[in-house]
Amino acid sequence: MQLKKAREIDETTHTGRPKIRQVTQGHRFDVELVRVTKSYNAKSKAVDDISLRIPRSSYCCLLGPSGCGKSTTLRMLAGHEEVTDGAILIQDTEITTLPPVDRGTSMMFQDYALFPHLSALDNVAFSLKVRKVSKAERDRQAREYLELVQMDHLANRLPNELSGGQQQRVALARSLITRPKVLLLDEPLSALDPFLRTRMRAELKRIQKELGITFVHVTHSQEEAMALSDIMVVMNDAKIMQAGPAREVFETPANAFVARFIGGHNVLMSEGREVSVRADACRIGAMPGMRGASGTVTMVEYKGPFVQVSMTSDTGDDLTATMTDAEYFAAAPQIGDTVAVSWDPKAEHVLS
Amino acid sequence: MMRTARGRPPSFYVLATLMIALLIFLYAPMLCVYILSFQGPDGGMSFPMTGWSTHWFEVLFAGTGGQGIGDVPNSFKRSIRLAACVSVLSTIIAVSAGMAYRRKFPGSNFVFYSAIASMVLPSIFIGFGIALTFNLLGWQVNWFTSGIGAQLTWSLPFGLLIMFIVLGRFNPAYEEAATDLGANSGQRFRMIILPIILPGVIGIFVSSITSSYEENARTQLNVGLGNTMPMEITGILTGASTPVLFAIGTLTSLAMFAIILGAVALMTVMARRRANRPDA
Repeated sequence: MQLKKAREIDETTHTGRPKIRQVTQGHRFDVELVRVTKSYNAKSKAVDDISLRIPRSSYCCLLGPSGCGKSTTLRMLAGHEEVTDGAILIQDTEITTLPPVDRGTSMMFQDYALFPHLSALDNVAFSLKVRKVSKAERDRQAREYLELVQMDHLANRLPNELSGGQQQRVALARSLITRPKVLLLDEPLSALDPFLRTRMRAELKRIQKELGITFVHVTHSQEEAMALSDIMVVMNDAKIMQAGPAREVFETPANAFVARFIGGHNVLMSEGREVSVRADACRIGAMPGMRGASGTVTMVEYKGPFVQVSMTSDTGDDLTATMTDAEYFAAAPQIGDTVAVSWDPKAEHVLS
Repeated sequence: MMRTARGRPPSFYVLATLMIALLIFLYAPMLCVYILSFQGPDGGMSFPMTGWSTHWFEVLFAGTGGQGIGDVPNSFKRSIRLAACVSVLSTIIAVSAGMAYRRKFPGSNFVFYSAIASMVLPSIFIGFGIALTFNLLGWQVNWFTSGIGAQLTWSLPFGLLIMFIVLGRFNPAYEEAATDLGANSGQRFRMIILPIILPGVIGIFVSSITSSYEENARTQLNVGLGNTMPMEITGILTGASTPVLFAIGTLTSLAMFAIILGAVALMTVMARRRANRPDA
């Protein structure tokens, strides 16, 4: 019946490419985690009592350092890891104990896990083959999905005859052909070189928008998460530190960990409270009416349109100021110089 | 180390000489056997050749000719029959056991060590032990009971170890991906795991044929009536010898090379069939 659903939605867009948008209606959230815990033994918890709601058709990134529980969370969503406690819902249906295939999820593995003995086409057609769909029909559908990821011209290649980026496209098509309600991606870009990474990133976002389904994407790169996320979930130490739109997380980090992890922030004490100040709100030089500190320049990084100056303050904190190249070269402090740094009190964001 | 501008270091020549010496040591005796098997009808067991003929092959194929060749054709049949059964059983058991060992189960260590122990223990004791047990229980030793059993104690541990290596390199994500795509356990094994580990499985099959065919110490007391090839050849060696022995050696080598080449060809064909899909 899942295949019948696939058939009803084929229409051709103005680009001439078949559009395979899926209908997702009548529910509020695509994914809900309700107090989910995963523990391997009595002492340590891989995921500790996390709750999360991902709205419909969102691009959600789980972000955090290695070992923070983001991959375990994804694997629990996929059904490859048992949930110790709590419940998982996909589109308002509880799927906590269902086998992977009955959840409406599909997972794209970190190393893609393309079957090495099957061609790109047969890899994509695999899920239809195990459901005993006729060869003509499954090849037709597989080609359609290979077209979606622009891989139809290499349909007969074996995985080891494809580059990393091409393998990833095939893996994506193989996951999407199951018509998942939620696509799970485990560090999908980490195996690619930086140039390809940026390109595939745009591609993932395009496909997510085109299909209108929710993507849950695990990454340890804050840059990736900020570029892609509709909702960004920062995890640390088996817990969710903050979840929200990327802009909200960046502008109002919930705590010192988030502020430090997503970067571009200084975490310091101001009037007895812990605050974060964006590095691009800091200026070199003392200014009236501004809060400030003084310190020694430890690093100057020229980045083209802007320059990043790192310093150690007299109280021992690490501070970073980001300024336009014009602002920097007006004074041009060098490594070892003692400088004052100042910021508007209004730029301080109080951390919990 | 000295190294000329373009040439190889002196150590290369020393090592190459050693390597050539090793190859001569390994293959020269075999080469002698092959050449001597074409000895003339009046020739003996050593050089010089008294002419070239296929006489000794003819004697061999003529059956029990009394020229010190015993009952080679029948022994060969018995050995092949035994090797066929043992290799099929070893392959099936080793693959199943390998699959089971991907997860820990109660008693897994005990089963593993008892399998390895039978590989380490002196063969003659194992053969003797099996014969003695059969005798104690009042059972008749027979090639298809005690014979196959005794040979399995030898070929199975090797098969099991090959399987551990093969599955140790098997990326578990393949299976998870197949599960994710809706394959049940039978489909996962048939469509994903088996095709990927197939070269290893063929390896177990071929190595089981060889280890069964050449096994003597465990087999001799347990095979029942009728000699196998190793027993027959030992018999020929201790009796009066003729170049028939070399003819056997030549044919055996040919057969073994044929099996190996057959296995390699099979794998090449499979690889090519994958690569040469028709472009649509």
